[in-house]
Amino acid sequence: MKSGEQSKVLSAPYVLEYTYRRSVGPVVGRFFAALREGKILGGRTASGKVVVPPTEYDPETSDPVTELVEVGTSGVVTTWSWAAEPRAHQPLDRPFAWALVKLDGADTAMLHAVDAGDMAKMSTGMRVTARFATERSGNIRDIACFEPETGGRSAQ
Amino acid sequence: MSEPIQRVKSPVRLEYTVSAGRALSRFLAALTEGRLLGGRCSSCRKVYVPLRSVCPTCAAPMCEEMTIADTGTVTTYCIVNVPFEGQTMKLPYVYASVLLDGADLPILHLIQMPAEEARMGLRVKAEWMPPEERRPTLESIRWFLPTGEADAPFDAYKEHL
Repeated sequence: MKSGEQSKVLSAPYVLEYTYRRSVGPVVGRFFAALREGKILGGRTASGKVVVPPTEYDPETSDPVTELVEVGTSGVVTTWSWAAEPRAHQPLDRPFAWALVKLDGADTAMLHAVDAGDMAKMSTGMRVTARFATERSGNIRDIACFEPETGGRSAQ
Repeated sequence: MSEPIQRVKSPVRLEYTVSAGRALSRFLAALTEGRLLGGRCSSCRKVYVPLRSVCPTCAAPMCEEMTIADTGTVTTYCIVNVPFEGQTMKLPYVYASVLLDGADLPILHLIQMPAEEARMGLRVKAEWMPPEERRPTLESIRWFLPTGEADAPFDAYKEHL
């Protein structure tokens, strides 16, 4: 603030908050219940594709999705964006990547965080694996994040 | 497989820093002095309180600033019967549009009175917080109280609803 006129302008914090609880429906409800057990489910559509997370309706035919199948907890990053300054309540409190991860056995990619530590370690096509939260309650945060797969080497 | 999840917590929280701007900042600062600051539009001549820099109807600047009386008339009101988080008033209570004397648009504030006696045309006066408790907010007026005067006739405020 330079001029005296501007320094008289008042400002104040303002918080808008809604403490929603959402009904998730039967399909996502099963997806979340499986996450609690450390498993990831996808929905089988009429054309045989596996959609992860499962949608309640087939995106091609609009028919209800009823068959859920287990997919892998590892997959491939199809695209990503680096979050250099994480915000409060985001999955990680250190720089990380938002990424679309196509899990093994899935035909679609899901959005989640990748704890790569450094943007230089991120690349499209890299393999990542889910790190599950130690305490799980049946929501998307039961996957704490994904992390780069260590391949044949032991994790450091 | 365990039972499907029925519900998840999904809070939404947005944290803003709101700037009051120059005109409203001066209005808010005047409240700490126990004054209501208004302004007259240079085009339509209407008096706005809170003070603003530009008339919302004419887009013309204010030509005159003035201290507005802390007495006025209830133009419309509602009786609040529903509890909500952060509520400070005992239910039921009265929340009203108060046309301050000399102003052309009402402000919103609490009226401390039995809810069943609330009515249009009621004459009210501000009860200010003690000077040391005043802040740059309309809460520096604790509430309005009925003055006991005769109600204002509808014609006196029908153009200001």
